[in-house]
Amino acid sequence: MKAIITVVGKDKVGILAKVSAACANADVNIIEVTQSVLQDMFAMTMMVEIKKGDIELDALREKLEKVGEETSTKIHVMHEDIFNSMHRI
Amino acid sequence: MLETKDILETINMIDNENLDVRTITMGISLLDCMDENIDKASGRVYDKVCRYAQDLVKTGEDIEKEYGIPIINKRISVTPIGMVAAPCQSKNVVKFAKSLDKAAKNLGVNFIGGYSALVQKGFSAGDYAVIDSIPEALAVTERVCSSVNIGSTKAGLNMDAVKMMGKIVKQTAEKTADRDCIGAAKLVVFCNAPEDNPFMAGAFHGAGESDCVINVGVSGPGVVRAALAKDGAGKSIDEIADMVKKTAFKITRMGQLVAKEASKRLCVPFGIVDLSLAPTPAVGDSVAYILEEMGLESCGCHGTTAALALLNDAVKKGGVMASSHVGGLSGAFIPVSEDAGMISAAKKGALDITKLECMTAVCSVGLDMIVVPGDISAETISAIIADEAAIGMVNSKTTAVRLIPAIGKKAGDDLNFGGLLGTGPVMPIRKGNADVFINRGGRLPAPLQSLKN
Repeated sequence: MKAIITVVGKDKVGILAKVSAACANADVNIIEVTQSVLQDMFAMTMMVEIKKGDIELDALREKLEKVGEETSTKIHVMHEDIFNSMHRI
Repeated sequence: MLETKDILETINMIDNENLDVRTITMGISLLDCMDENIDKASGRVYDKVCRYAQDLVKTGEDIEKEYGIPIINKRISVTPIGMVAAPCQSKNVVKFAKSLDKAAKNLGVNFIGGYSALVQKGFSAGDYAVIDSIPEALAVTERVCSSVNIGSTKAGLNMDAVKMMGKIVKQTAEKTADRDCIGAAKLVVFCNAPEDNPFMAGAFHGAGESDCVINVGVSGPGVVRAALAKDGAGKSIDEIADMVKKTAFKITRMGQLVAKEASKRLCVPFGIVDLSLAPTPAVGDSVAYILEEMGLESCGCHGTTAALALLNDAVKKGGVMASSHVGGLSGAFIPVSEDAGMISAAKKGALDITKLECMTAVCSVGLDMIVVPGDISAETISAIIADEAAIGMVNSKTTAVRLIPAIGKKAGDDLNFGGLLGTGPVMPIRKGNADVFINRGGRLPAPLQSLKN
């Protein structure tokens, strides 16, 4: 299953590193990353693959939300299907 | 790869604009629960509902967690009890309501709909017993919702039922007067009631439906309003309609995804997605604010009916391509007490019951969650029902009346139901009475447009 992680917040050192480290700890493979910094606002979207038997989406969300608190960013983890169904015909 | 802009748009809709799936409603047929003995029949009803819906709440919560979409309610609709009670010798049919309430509490669903009777052309014994017991049933239960269909385009209006429902609405409010007359908020009087509607309080599982089915109701007035607020300035009406359509499409796609997933996990066929804009009392999640965003000073001023017609139509057009089966009520709801914008318009005096009646000719349902003075006569309630049903009958659309007589209160006071049902200011009604007209009884003939064959 693929999930989309989004990180939005004020830019600072180490956001990408911390999010990727949390993914690696949870055995979650990062497939694609796009990142942009507009003025000092940081916005990143990541597509990750979660294999069956590994971590549940809900548990990954909890972990990443903690990272969000530490880095003062807003992190969302959502199933890829939502975006595909909403934005693709 | 998906575009970042699209991803952020969806997240913003959920986080800031109150986008949610309003309800996953499981429809369960009770036709096989009938028995002459009412204890046996109501026991079977309890068992069947509990057996079929045992995983409903958990599945809803799982989908919510996995997809990150809020699913606000998990609910159940059942075959109209008027049919199920038909063979019962005992007429103490409140037992069915108690069984349904117990099942709902046991399963953790917040409402169960179907304490209903379909009497558009006439009554059967079961229908009579159910209607007669509605005030008690809604007073002794907490989660049961009731509806009565008193007319249709094909059958005309059953004016005996209209007369009866005026009394029943009033008695229901009186019996729950100590709880802000909440009973009447769970009772809907329909014309042209849809058999697959997932929204309460009017949901029931029609006799033509399969044994069990999953229907999903989406929502999202906040999202439509935000889209208009962001890009609507200076745009023509055509462009506004297009914006509503595009937004409705996206909202409905999410509903379709949830419906398919719930249907797969519960091994129950998918019925329909109801793409209604259903407001909640949360600020921003209001249909009235969408109309105001289109350029009305206040919901209820001249122009409101046209703006609502545009909205109702554009929602359907946008949603219909997004789902394989669209049904239920599908359009824009205008429940006064559940909509922050309507409450404020009513308090200012910009919105009255007459304007609301006009609006129901073009919205998806009818006079909904309107609090009226407690001294209103049963005949006047019947007359309001008759007016509203006539609009539905002639225009081949669903209309409904959910009035709450505020016992002991007068125009200017408030009733506070809490939760999704909101707060309602008591609205004045028109002067004069229609007692003689209502007391005639009989049947109002079906209009010429019923003869389509």
